[in-house]
Amino acid sequence: MPDSTKSNVDRRRFLRGAVTGAAAFAAQATTASAQQSASPAAEKPVVSALTPAFERPGSDFMVDVIKSLDIEYCAANPGTSFRGLHESVINYGGNKAPEFLTCLHEESSVALAHGYAKIEGKPMMIMAHGTVGLQHASMAIYNAYCDRVPLIVMLGNILDINYRRGSADWYHSVQDAAAMVRDYVKWDDTPVTLSHFAESTVRAYSIAMTPPFEPVVIVADGVLQEEPINEKNLRIPKLVMSAPPQGDSGAVAEAAKLLVNAENPVIVAGRLARTPRGIELLTELADTLQARVHDQRLRMNFPSRHPLHAVPLGDPITPSLADADVVLGLEAQELWTLTHKMTGLNTYGMEVTPTVKPGTKLIQISAIELNHKSNYQDFGRYVEVDLNITGDAEATLPELIDAVKRLITPDRKRALEQRGAKIADANQKLRDRNRELAAVAWDASPISTARLAAEVWAQIRNEDWSLVSNDRYPSYWCTRLWDFTKPYHYIGAQGGAGIGYGAPAAVGAALANRKHGRLTVNIQPDGDLNYAPGVLWTSAHHKIPLLNIVHNNRAYHQERMYIQMMAAKRDRGIENADIGTTFKDPFINYSMMAKTYGIYGEGPISDPKDLAPALRRAIEVVKKGEPALLDVITQPR
Amino acid sequence: MKLLLGSAGRRNRLPHIACVFLLAAATLLAQTGNTDNGKRLFLRNGCYQCHGYAAQGGLNGPRLAQTKLPLIAFTAILRNPPPGGMPPFRAKVMSDQEVADVYAYIKSFPEPRPVKDIPLLNQ
Repeated sequence: MPDSTKSNVDRRRFLRGAVTGAAAFAAQATTASAQQSASPAAEKPVVSALTPAFERPGSDFMVDVIKSLDIEYCAANPGTSFRGLHESVINYGGNKAPEFLTCLHEESSVALAHGYAKIEGKPMMIMAHGTVGLQHASMAIYNAYCDRVPLIVMLGNILDINYRRGSADWYHSVQDAAAMVRDYVKWDDTPVTLSHFAESTVRAYSIAMTPPFEPVVIVADGVLQEEPINEKNLRIPKLVMSAPPQGDSGAVAEAAKLLVNAENPVIVAGRLARTPRGIELLTELADTLQARVHDQRLRMNFPSRHPLHAVPLGDPITPSLADADVVLGLEAQELWTLTHKMTGLNTYGMEVTPTVKPGTKLIQISAIELNHKSNYQDFGRYVEVDLNITGDAEATLPELIDAVKRLITPDRKRALEQRGAKIADANQKLRDRNRELAAVAWDASPISTARLAAEVWAQIRNEDWSLVSNDRYPSYWCTRLWDFTKPYHYIGAQGGAGIGYGAPAAVGAALANRKHGRLTVNIQPDGDLNYAPGVLWTSAHHKIPLLNIVHNNRAYHQERMYIQMMAAKRDRGIENADIGTTFKDPFINYSMMAKTYGIYGEGPISDPKDLAPALRRAIEVVKKGEPALLDVITQPR
Repeated sequence: MKLLLGSAGRRNRLPHIACVFLLAAATLLAQTGNTDNGKRLFLRNGCYQCHGYAAQGGLNGPRLAQTKLPLIAFTAILRNPPPGGMPPFRAKVMSDQEVADVYAYIKSFPEPRPVKDIPLLNQ
């Protein structure tokens, strides 16, 4: 049987170790002698061949590889299986590019990287420890997967059983470490040598950053990290970025024809804008066609006060398309749900009816089909589209815009301008209607989400601001009242609708905004914050300026509404719907929580008149480079 | 109402007459609805969860404050809501009197201030 423990010990180390290392590594002598003796019971400590060697460990080279990718940060909760890499990052690498971000839960590490990537446009690295760390991280990885966000998960593991020193090493090690999350990452590898690590890590970066963006996993073997480098001629491959996949030219020309000839084409933008160019392109397409745009608010796709933006009165994920004769989905989410209505929760059975008129042409441009998996079904229901263009929508738009422009005659242009004027008029009415609705509970306590949004807007509108929370929870009031124009003004939602994303993603986004001096705002749902509030400490420790405003409705409110529906549907009364869905007896005090984690905290604030002064005080703290939190008692939605 | 009845046969006239009586009864109930009890029920039964504490409405439920619906229509929707998310509140859960109390409560909200008088809504 080969002696795997000795296999990496070369003669040079043996000779030097015999002189210097015997006392320090006496404990390891047992291991060495056991491999040499036929009778373990009879073994005696001997001078070990295994010595403290101060040659460069493998993890130093791993840091060289990571640095070659210009990765600014690695977020992690410390773990045994990547202790070698951890030490190399902070000492050999000088704790700079990447800088170690101390997280108090792996789910926070990943969600933090998720938020960072959506502002910065590139991945952060996350380190996770074997079975336990990856299982903690897994929900957040799934969110990132559903949200098409690039992350690099560096997963510690001890594959070689000869190096598993105690029971924890066995509990935490795994035969195929990435298997746990393989269904919802784009690619993974388990390198067995350092040259393999270099090539796979560079490849992983390129794969993660090729649309559709997705998380990737590299298993950084613990032995490979900790043993000295003994490979010759190690090199780091050059990073080669792939051009994004673009839609077929013939299909794009056909789409242009349908759009130009349509009487009422409607554009639905989902996860379209993956770079700042995405907003410019969508604006150009909409202006050229004079077509109404529904932004599903999964990215910052379109200026909110643009005359062609259909400002939502309700949920922008499923806007009404009843008047459209052509629908163009650009990385749209749930095109099927957009075009169909299903029986509501308050009735039995399931019937489906189309919500678009017969003959409406559906065009989809999306890269999602390039990364379908089987087990996790985020792809949604099969849609019988008229034209399905597989390719990244942002990369395909320039050709589509050119094709549309070529088809528009001067006569057609005049007709389109008339249509655009009508759309602008209708959208202005929607904006006015939203302001009327915002006035209804203006002075109410708990504070209405419309009032909250308006008060925050008043304080930040003259700043260089960035809203990094899901606007769905405050009923899209920010979208309905604020003037969103820049790419970093909004970053969408969690992707997989998994709770626990909000606070850490906001910290990650604020970290990316910090070097630009932006005022980052997080309207933070209380239920989400309670999943992993320790990220508040991370923001304090790393001095990440962030204005957190807790949208404190004291409930898992969506679930409370569902329980109410179930109980009422079954005629059982609904007095018990609070059980299991609310935070009361006692209420949670978030300003005290903030202070406990070392950040400025104020509240609870329940009188709307108190909101503006509190916001001013908190913003003053944030402008000094620190996080702050206001606990605001709000209407449910 | 006369116009409605004008082209209807006797068979179709009866439901309309019934409606008139029901409307009258409903109006009476609305006049006698107890706003305090209506508020209690509005909170206890979780109406605020979708419609807001001020009945202002939201993504999950329409505005109820200052509703223009007559009580009879309000009751009909409450008992048999259209398919969607609204749970049915049948008489076993809310009596007609309790519905009238809630109706009186949501009618009691004052009209909102005009938008032009709220500077923050004119930013």
